[in-house]
Amino acid sequence: MTLAEILASLFPAGHDIVRQGGIMLGSGPLKSGGRVTVVGVADRTPLGVDDALVLAGHVLAAIDRGGKDPILVLIDSDSQRMSKRDELLGLNEFLAHLGKCLMMASLQGHHTVGLLYGHSAAGAFIATAMSTRSLVALPGATPAVMDLPSISKVTKLSIEALQEKARSTPVFAPGLANLAQTGAVLATWDDKRSLADQLQALLDAPATPDDQRDRLGKERKGRPKAADIAARVHDLALR
Amino acid sequence: MNPPTDGRRQSPSWYESAARDRARLLLDAGTFAEFLGPEAREMSPHLGIFDLPRQFDDGIVVGRGKLAGTPVFVAAQEGRFMGGAFGEVHGAKLVGLLRAARDASRDGGTMPVLILFDTGGVRLQEANVGELAIGEVMRAVIEARRAGAKVIGLVGGRAGCYGGGGLIAGTCSALAVSEHGRIAVSGPEVIETNRGVEEFDSKDRSLVWRTMGGKHRRLLGGAELFVDDTIDAFRAAAIALIERAPAFDLAMLKAEQARLAERLKRFGSCADGLDVWKQAGVDDPAKVPGMPADEFIALAQHIGEGRHDAR
Repeated sequence: MTLAEILASLFPAGHDIVRQGGIMLGSGPLKSGGRVTVVGVADRTPLGVDDALVLAGHVLAAIDRGGKDPILVLIDSDSQRMSKRDELLGLNEFLAHLGKCLMMASLQGHHTVGLLYGHSAAGAFIATAMSTRSLVALPGATPAVMDLPSISKVTKLSIEALQEKARSTPVFAPGLANLAQTGAVLATWDDKRSLADQLQALLDAPATPDDQRDRLGKERKGRPKAADIAARVHDLALR
Repeated sequence: MNPPTDGRRQSPSWYESAARDRARLLLDAGTFAEFLGPEAREMSPHLGIFDLPRQFDDGIVVGRGKLAGTPVFVAAQEGRFMGGAFGEVHGAKLVGLLRAARDASRDGGTMPVLILFDTGGVRLQEANVGELAIGEVMRAVIEARRAGAKVIGLVGGRAGCYGGGGLIAGTCSALAVSEHGRIAVSGPEVIETNRGVEEFDSKDRSLVWRTMGGKHRRLLGGAELFVDDTIDAFRAAAIALIERAPAFDLAMLKAEQARLAERLKRFGSCADGLDVWKQAGVDDPAKVPGMPADEFIALAQHIGEGRHDAR
């Protein structure tokens, strides 16, 4: 689906989302009658210090308005912007700040929903998609922590050898199915049905305050150990 | 470097020490107790696919102890195993520790957490689960801070604090960094590989330090304290930062938004670390890289973003 088709299906009654370079900001009406704040990265734009701060400011403004309106994060990004300037200025702080603002919104009762509709990778993926409470995807989304050529370079294994290994495990190779199996992606939406309906159904589902992703990864057999290890350390530490 | 002056043994180098020694020597003598230590043999279930050796602790040490008499949790990454990178088990141990700090702090008490970073970021052989672990760690840091825990990052290891490690550092309540403590998202080789040597020459070591090194991070405002490369210096910094670290609330996030906006305004057109330092008020920036730690600490006290309540 194109961004225009996605927005039309999410907000059939219209919206006030505006593009600002590679990012988007605004809001739209929900079927239930409330409004959802929207932030996003479009056109596979790499996320750098300037855009990250603008997005964070929009999220903070939504928290500041009070209430519990949800926040939707639309994602079709590249990785973090890789440049001397971004690192010189402390990109880690800007990306972490965006993630913190989204997590604060969630703690304040705003349901934060990530909708991965294109690409995303590395630091940009962490600061946006991974920082939402519920991450969903559209079919055809292409998240990639790291591309196979880069993994090939580091591991000194051929791409063919990596592809062979990727058949038996979801833990390293790019792709939506792999990330879903590890528990990172809650659900993949149906692009033939109304996205507005699917968003509303997600918002109406009972809230899960705790981070469910390790348990989800265990259920889906994508992360065999994480949930148990975290629980064991937690219990030992509180003993 | 610094001769002992008070009859005590010279404190070991942080950089040269192994993770378990850093954790043990940082805390009050004899108080460190490890959770799921090497005897538990909780190793990576994935490195075998790549015929790579595994380690009994998956490259991270987590436990509890006391710091100046106060109970704390501590996590120390081992930069000499897989570059300290986050895999499934490695990340889950840190997540479990932080969730415990959250729950221990909910009942009115606070349980500080010290994270001794030494990481290249995500372990590529476990890229998806490593990245997800970073997202979970960040959320667990925020939940612990929101419950009242102070989460202090100490950065001065061999592998630096790169990739997702840099983002986790950005969620901490406060950071102490030594000269060796590089903090960045994209490492020098990553920028060069993706953007070319004209954008970043990863072999130019002084450029790396000027862009990502501990002194630059301190002068920029990316770390609260700069410390000498000794375990005693990091210990003193950890004690001080637990005292002064900010709470995690909306007012703090707004102050951070303002702090970072101000940074873009002041330094956004600087081409090099030297320009940033000049702009920040350092009279002779060229002297900074060679400056001994004590001299630099004295200089840095008058420089950098004032708003250290905003992280």
